[in-house]
Amino acid sequence: MGLAKRIIPCLDVDNGRVVKGVQFVDIRDAGDPVEVAKRYNEQGADEITFLDITASSEDRETTVHMVEAIASQVFIPLTVGGGIRTCEDIRRMLNAGADKVGINTAAVFNPEFVREAAQRFGSQCIVVAIDAKKVSAEGEPDKWEIFTHGGRKPTGLDAVEWAKKMVEYGAGEILLTSMDRDGTKNGFDLGITRAISEAVHVPVIASGGVGNLDHLVDGVIEGKADAVLAASIFHFGEYSIQQAKQRMTDAGIEMRL
Amino acid sequence: MNDMKKSTVAVIDYGMGNLHSVAKALEHVADEHTSVIVTSDPAVIDAADRVLLPGVGAIRDCIGEMYNAGLVPSIRKAMAEKPFLAICVGIQSLMSHSEENGGVDCLNHFKGNALFFGENHKDHDGGKLKVPHMGWNQVKHTINHPLWADIPDSARFYFVHSFYVVPENKNEVAGTCDYGLEFCVALARDNVFAVQFHPEKSHKDGLQLYKNFLQWDGKP
Repeated sequence: MGLAKRIIPCLDVDNGRVVKGVQFVDIRDAGDPVEVAKRYNEQGADEITFLDITASSEDRETTVHMVEAIASQVFIPLTVGGGIRTCEDIRRMLNAGADKVGINTAAVFNPEFVREAAQRFGSQCIVVAIDAKKVSAEGEPDKWEIFTHGGRKPTGLDAVEWAKKMVEYGAGEILLTSMDRDGTKNGFDLGITRAISEAVHVPVIASGGVGNLDHLVDGVIEGKADAVLAASIFHFGEYSIQQAKQRMTDAGIEMRL
Repeated sequence: MNDMKKSTVAVIDYGMGNLHSVAKALEHVADEHTSVIVTSDPAVIDAADRVLLPGVGAIRDCIGEMYNAGLVPSIRKAMAEKPFLAICVGIQSLMSHSEENGGVDCLNHFKGNALFFGENHKDHDGGKLKVPHMGWNQVKHTINHPLWADIPDSARFYFVHSFYVVPENKNEVAGTCDYGLEFCVALARDNVFAVQFHPEKSHKDGLQLYKNFLQWDGKP
C-alpha cells in the first residue's frame, strides 16, 4: 500500500469553452468547462489539467474566471497550461485557484524563467511540459528531441538532458508529450517515457497517444510514469475514469478507487 | 430578528498566496452561521472562533513572513485557546526545526523536526521513489479524534511535499502514511490539529475533515 498512480483528464479550453468535442456534441463548442470538470471529478479523476489555447490576451481573462469558478466547486488539484510566460501569468492563475501551472515554450526560450518561477512560487506548482519527437533512425540508439510550435520546430535539445536540466532548475513535475504519438491513439511512446522517468527524481506524467485503457496500464508499468494524461478517450465517452481505474487496478497498479 | 451569533473561522494570510482553495473548501462545508475570513490582521485572528494556518512554499519564507506580518503572537494565542488546524507547510511550521533551506527554527509547538525525504528515497524493496511525494496516499488513523469523524481509516488524501515531520512525543501522532517509510501526517494535542496533506484538494474526505473542524469544540 502506498502512493496511487494518477489519472488526469486534460481539457483544451478556448475562450472559456472546452473544445475538441465531448460526447460527440459540436466540435467547436464542446461544453462548459465547469460542468465537464465536475463530471470528471465525480467520476474519480485524480487531477484535472486545462490547456488554454486561447489566442488573445484579452480572452485569457476568461480563463482566469473559469479557473475561479472551477476551483470553487471542484476540490481536487487543478493544473493550467498554455500561454504561461511570466511570473505575473503564474500569480494570476494560482490566485484564481490553480494548484500548478504548466510551462512549455517559455521554458525552451528562457530556461531561467523556470528557475525564477520555482524560487518564487515553489517547485510543487511548477510543471514543465516537454514536447518530444524521436529523431533517431531505425537501428540507431534511441534519441528524442524537444520540438516547439505543436511539433513543427526542432530545437536541437536532447529530450532526456532537457528534462534533467528543467528539474535541476526547479520543475516539480514533468508533463511529457510524445508529438509522434499525439492524436494517433497508438499508445504512449514508452521508450522516452521510461528514459525520462528513470532520469529524474520528480514525478513524470505521460501524455500523447492514448487510444485504449491498456495504453494507460503500459504507461505506468512499462513507461514507469507516475501519472497518465488523456483527453479524447474520456471526452468522447468511450471510457469513464472509473473503467480506466478498474483496468489499471486489475493490472496490479495501485489506484485511488 | 435573528441575532444568533455568527461563528468565524480565520484563514491566516501571511502573504504566501493561494488561499483561494482553502477558503472555498471551508465555505463549501460551512453552515449559514459560519463565516470564513481570509485575514492577515492579528485582531481578526484573536477574535475568531477557530483558526486555520495554511502553508505554501518554502519554510524559511513561511516562518519569516509570519514574523514580518506580526502574526506569531496571535498564532500562539490561538493555539493556546481555540480550535486550530494547520495544513501542509503549516504542520512543519509548528515543529521545533526544519532541515529545509539549510535549517530553519520553527514555532516549536510540537517538539521534533521536519526532515527531507532525500533525492535517493527508496521503497521497501529498494525501488526508486519520486520526491516530492505527490499524489493520493492512504492515511492511517493512529488515534480516535473528532477530526477523523466519518472519514474511513486508510482513506486517500492528496499530498505534495518533500519534507515530513518527526515528532518526539509519539502520543501526539494522530495519523500516518507509508512512502518508503511510515511517517507522521497528522498531529494532535489538545485544541490543535495539524495535517501534512491538503484537505481542500482531497475531494469528499478532505471536505469532511474541514466540516469536522468547523464543528469541533477543541476537545480531543
